Amino acid sequence: MINPFEILETINMIDKENLDIRTITMGISLKDCVDADVDRACEKIYQKITTYAKDLVKTGEDIEERFGIPIINKRISVTPIASVVDALDNATVEDCVKVAKTLDAAAKKVGVNFIGGYSALVHKGYTKGEKLLIESIPYALSQTDIVCSSVNVGSTRAGINMDAVAQMGQIIKKAADMTKESGGFACAKLVVFCNAVEDNPFMAGAFHGEGEGDCVINVGVSGPGVVKCALEKVKGEPFGVVADTIKKTAFKITRMGQLVAQEASKRLGVPFGIVDLSLAPTPAVGDSVAYILEEMGLEQCGTHGTTAALALLNDAVKKGGIMASSYVGGLSGAFIPVSEDAGMIAAAKNGTLTLEKLEAMTCVCSVGLDMIVVPGDTTAETLSAIIADEAAIGMVNSKTTAVRIIPAPGKKVGDTVEFGGLLGSGPVMPTNQKQSTEFIRRGGRIPAPLQSLKN
Amino acid sequence: MKAVITVVGKDKVGIIAKVSNVLCENNINILDISQTIMQDMFTMIMLVDMSSKSVSAISQKLDVIAEEMGLSIHLQSEEVFSSMHRI
Repeated sequence: MINPFEILETINMIDKENLDIRTITMGISLKDCVDADVDRACEKIYQKITTYAKDLVKTGEDIEERFGIPIINKRISVTPIASVVDALDNATVEDCVKVAKTLDAAAKKVGVNFIGGYSALVHKGYTKGEKLLIESIPYALSQTDIVCSSVNVGSTRAGINMDAVAQMGQIIKKAADMTKESGGFACAKLVVFCNAVEDNPFMAGAFHGEGEGDCVINVGVSGPGVVKCALEKVKGEPFGVVADTIKKTAFKITRMGQLVAQEASKRLGVPFGIVDLSLAPTPAVGDSVAYILEEMGLEQCGTHGTTAALALLNDAVKKGGIMASSYVGGLSGAFIPVSEDAGMIAAAKNGTLTLEKLEAMTCVCSVGLDMIVVPGDTTAETLSAIIADEAAIGMVNSKTTAVRIIPAPGKKVGDTVEFGGLLGSGPVMPTNQKQSTEFIRRGGRIPAPLQSLKN
Repeated sequence: MKAVITVVGKDKVGIIAKVSNVLCENNINILDISQTIMQDMFTMIMLVDMSSKSVSAISQKLDVIAEEMGLSIHLQSEEVFSSMHRI
């Protein structure tokens, strides 16, 4: 029998330290749902999603009960919808929105809380369908509830498509304006990526990649609270001890993810894809990545030393998690979504955590500028320039970076926008007031960096 | 399926009796049992054989006892602990 200390450690993690499985995400390929006629395509998509995922939520709940571990979200990711749009005859923006509404309806029918994949990968160039899909994003996101969208504008191999970067600034502005009564909520469902991954289970950036099979189960774990509590026991110890403590904890957390992923895969008869071992915070007190950094000895997240602390955390999480699962993938690192992390919210509110510091932090963590609220009068060009900076970090460092930014209409620095639930509340953060307009207007493509030439 | 029942809380008369009574009524065999006081808290850990019994049905009954006696009671598959703590 397992010894009582180990049993109680696990129970404490779940009961008091917010250990949970953040998401079971079913990836579904829509490659066989394309059609020249939009209604027929929508019918096929609806049928496929509601058939494949009909037991997803129930299975998640059964597993939750069996293991006594909360599984917070059950979600679906699909093939980037741009490929569905490309196959349509004389497609229009309305057709794209129709597909988005179909995804929304299918996801609601099976009871998941988000569906991702209203996406286009345009890091090198656009197809007709991709161009149209991107144009339709503000309409699609403002007319649906749980559809998430992402656009990949750069990669280490291809460089950065600056036309797409410029366009995304406009799209984000428009999406915010079309949902101004909810603080620009549509933008919380839209991610702009560089080096997007094909098997990410986390929203809003999840989509079912080109190289994936027909259907797959990916699992995302959580547990910043558990890491924080473990570090409380090694106060004042040198960094080797800190790293070891994080590694051991990440191992245990990821084992839970692996167990749940295997069980879900078995019960649903769907192949197991990956466990994403990201540390994903929630707005709940005690479930914050910022608090982990502060536990390492920083007075507040965002001060000098934050980037180093995050680098250590991110690396130790990977080293601990990698052996705990047979397949690790997705984004796998530490997330720093400002509005979803109690410690980050506090640090942003009192000005310790700035956009510039967050940008530096994204060089050493798993994603990018995530859930950042900026003033409503931020120009599209400034948004594009922020995206370009993040994409450059991703491109040069061969890592995923992303921007999920909300120019909240009518809001100013000092205001707070409430998104509710897991998306939390975002303090409006100041941007640099100097213009980047001429830079963004150039258009074209930033060439791939030297490190892309690995062959 | 083997499951672990953990009971944590302030020590009182009849905790083991009540929990084992639920198990007995549902024909669940106790395989191992250990009891200790940890950090001033009564802690009991039971390994039971659930066969194909529904976890939720038994959990609900244990929840009633937990509520009644001011305890925290968990019923979880043994796999949770073995996968987390054993390579």
